[in-house]
Amino acid sequence: MSADKAKIAAQFIQAIPHSRALGMKLVEIGDGEAVIEMPYDTRLIGDPDTGVIHGGAVSALMDTCSGAAVMSHPDAPASTATIDLRIDYMRAATPGQTIRTRAYCYHVTRSVAFVRAEAVDEDTSRPVATATGAFTFERSK
Amino acid sequence: MSRPRPEPVQVVKQRRDAALAALVARVPYIQFLNITWDRRGDELTAVMNFDERLIGNPMLPALHGGATAAFLETAAIIELSWQMIWPLIEGGEAELPALRLPKTIDFTVDYLRSGLPRDAYARARVNRSGRRYASVHVEAWQDNRDKLFAQATGHFMMPQQND
Repeated sequence: MSADKAKIAAQFIQAIPHSRALGMKLVEIGDGEAVIEMPYDTRLIGDPDTGVIHGGAVSALMDTCSGAAVMSHPDAPASTATIDLRIDYMRAATPGQTIRTRAYCYHVTRSVAFVRAEAVDEDTSRPVATATGAFTFERSK
Repeated sequence: MSRPRPEPVQVVKQRRDAALAALVARVPYIQFLNITWDRRGDELTAVMNFDERLIGNPMLPALHGGATAAFLETAAIIELSWQMIWPLIEGGEAELPALRLPKTIDFTVDYLRSGLPRDAYARARVNRSGRRYASVHVEAWQDNRDKLFAQATGHFMMPQQND
């Protein structure tokens, strides 16, 4: 990533207080696709018996990454908001490992963007969770 | 034939509040989001206490969709667990067993309006709770109970006694 792009990526997360609080890092963005990472953090544990991260934190990661994918679409929306988001949890993320999400905005209409996302940990062959969502696509006037 | 004398009200309240506090205290993420519960008998209302860290869009400003999703999911899991332990609480068990939490299979959030920068409330309804699976619906609102800002449906895997 060029220095310019890296700066834009860092600013994107800095501008979203909740994503910043969850320690998210934007890795890649462009052409309706985004990759965001969330390092393991004991404050985000949802299952005290195993130390597994709470599904809600994974949802926040999926939602942020999907929104970033929409914003980076070539048609350049002015803004976006989640209409609905469905998450399927395949397995528990391994405690101690970073969760990485890739979201892809696969279709846009005049006012709606459709997105798919997948989250993995260090074992990239078995997804931790997948998501599908619909987002508003507000075109700049 | 007379019924046994009912327990003093403060004994009942203390027992139920302690069970709820113990259930919630075990999950670090609940503290991270600062979610608390109001209890009326067995009815729970989850409260996500507003904090700047929950903002997703600073321009509006609005709550982050992810924070809303996490709030709804937490409200669903605690309601499900609460209904599981309620008979134990009321059955006079001296010591509640350390409860395993249900695991989310899937969760679908419907965003109805943007979340305002203030406290949010949620109530969950367990529509079906079987031996293995449960289906839960959650509604969340802010100022007005009739104006939901989000609702969700999720399916959960119930904890098994011996696995």
